[in-house]
Amino acid sequence: MTTATLSPTTLSKAALFEAQAVKTSARRNRLLSLPALIIIGIFGVLPLLIICVYSFLVAAPYGGVQWQFSTDAYLNFLFQRDIFDDTLQFTSDFLIIYLRSFLFAVVTTVICLLLGFPTAYFMATRPPAQRNWWVLLITIPFWSNLLVRTLAIMFIIRDEGLINNALLALGVIDKPITMLYTNFAIQLGLLYAFLPFMVLPLYSSLEKLDFRLIEAAYDLYATRRQVLWRVIIPMSKPGIIAGCLLVFIPALGAYVTPLILGGGVHLMIGDLIAQQFGSGRNWPLGCAQALILMAAVLVALFFYVRNTSGKVQHG
Amino acid sequence: MAEPRVMDIKDQPGFRSIAIICLLVLYVPVLILMIFSFNSGSLVTHWEGVTLNWYGSALRNEEFHSAARNTLIISVTATIVSTICATLAAIGMTRVKPWRGLAAAFMVINLPLMVPEIITAVATLSFFALIAGTLGLNFGIGNLILAHTVFCIPFAYMPIRARLEDMDLTLEYAAADLYATPWNAFRRITLPLLVPGIMSGAALAFIVSFDDFTITQLVAGPGQTTLPLYIWNQIRRPMTPEINAISTILLLVSILFVSVSFLIARRRAK
Repeated sequence: MTTATLSPTTLSKAALFEAQAVKTSARRNRLLSLPALIIIGIFGVLPLLIICVYSFLVAAPYGGVQWQFSTDAYLNFLFQRDIFDDTLQFTSDFLIIYLRSFLFAVVTTVICLLLGFPTAYFMATRPPAQRNWWVLLITIPFWSNLLVRTLAIMFIIRDEGLINNALLALGVIDKPITMLYTNFAIQLGLLYAFLPFMVLPLYSSLEKLDFRLIEAAYDLYATRRQVLWRVIIPMSKPGIIAGCLLVFIPALGAYVTPLILGGGVHLMIGDLIAQQFGSGRNWPLGCAQALILMAAVLVALFFYVRNTSGKVQHG
Repeated sequence: MAEPRVMDIKDQPGFRSIAIICLLVLYVPVLILMIFSFNSGSLVTHWEGVTLNWYGSALRNEEFHSAARNTLIISVTATIVSTICATLAAIGMTRVKPWRGLAAAFMVINLPLMVPEIITAVATLSFFALIAGTLGLNFGIGNLILAHTVFCIPFAYMPIRARLEDMDLTLEYAAADLYATPWNAFRRITLPLLVPGIMSGAALAFIVSFDDFTITQLVAGPGQTTLPLYIWNQIRRPMTPEINAISTILLLVSILFVSVSFLIARRRAK
């Protein structure tokens, strides 16, 4: 087909042909998602189904599983089977670790929010050029190696670490305060690890804030505090919820931080699960505990979806 | 906008100090770790003067070499595979009419971001154990590459998809008007415009793979030590500034790739 022969009818024919071509290529295009979906399906989704199956099996003596149905892994969460008379006795060991992890995660989320919100707001109110620098500065720790960052905290709070050395040199204390391998150390490490996870989503929601509304509030004689609580915070609610989830979920399942700063004595759910696959040699129990953690995460995500979709309906 | 009165309206008392405190909290521990990598004494905490010896001994260390080699083999392969998959998927999920299952496909791609890492780690370990047990298959270091590729895909996917959504479609239509085949339109128009997104995604995929500890530690077989695993093995011995030097190298690699990814993304926004 040459341009010379184009009449109005051939033009519309060409347009039709073109639309058809776009449509078929669009249909073919969706197949492009297949490689990613296959890889994640086989090596990401299938393993999750496998641990669902494993959690209903019996532990093999040297790790791994025996193909025999059992609900022991779940019973073990709250009960211990007596080795002599085979009766079930209530035990709170795992429950306590779960509750403690929950508490750690909640405290981490709250303190990160208290520190992160003012930081994100301050960033969002800078001139654009300055804003980019702040974002880069918060982004770098967000992507930096968690193990190394946790090591840095360990380095500072050790008995012969910088805090203790400084306090000893100043004569404030006469023997080092033990901070490493305590709950305090884990809490500090979690705060340090997840602070950028709070700041970045808060910033991206605060950046879009319509500051004319703040002006309007002041025109209506609102005080600074009122503007903060009745205008800024309600408007940034989606960012607050997103930030809280981004901190809460990884903090609940944290592995590296308690492993290093808790010294293997103070466990969190993440370490408990890993332990069943290592020294515990009880894979079904580890799988069951992973699924209980997953259930907690899904509950959190469910509240997120309900909250944000509700927001869309009202807003 | 630059009027001081307007800025004043936006300000909240005390927020500046909290922002500065946050920045200090985030950077001071890491900076101290970096500074002590130059300590000439062999004790980690007593400063005795500046030296580069620890970097020298780290770079001569055989174990460090093999860990660095493993890390690079794994993260470069995982980055290439995941970036290709993510690019194809991003095109397959934006340049199409909505198809049934699109939402589900989106969820599958983002699944690795929603599942806590420790769960992914034990699930992957169980999966490879099952494969080895029933089929007798063991991919060696391929196990780690596959595990890394899975969680790298969503990280590469995000910037590529964002770039595709920002892109002006009229250029592609113009190409189609000028009788470009879909493949030509893609190769000559879409792909060149997509390159910054692909590079930004690849940089992020590389960092998350390079830095990964949890999944690697659980899935790695004997002899498959990566740099984060090497650091972890060293922590449990009496520490020397050598570990600070290696940690500093790791941090600098991350900072380099984050900054590259960030700058590419910024340039696009302008």
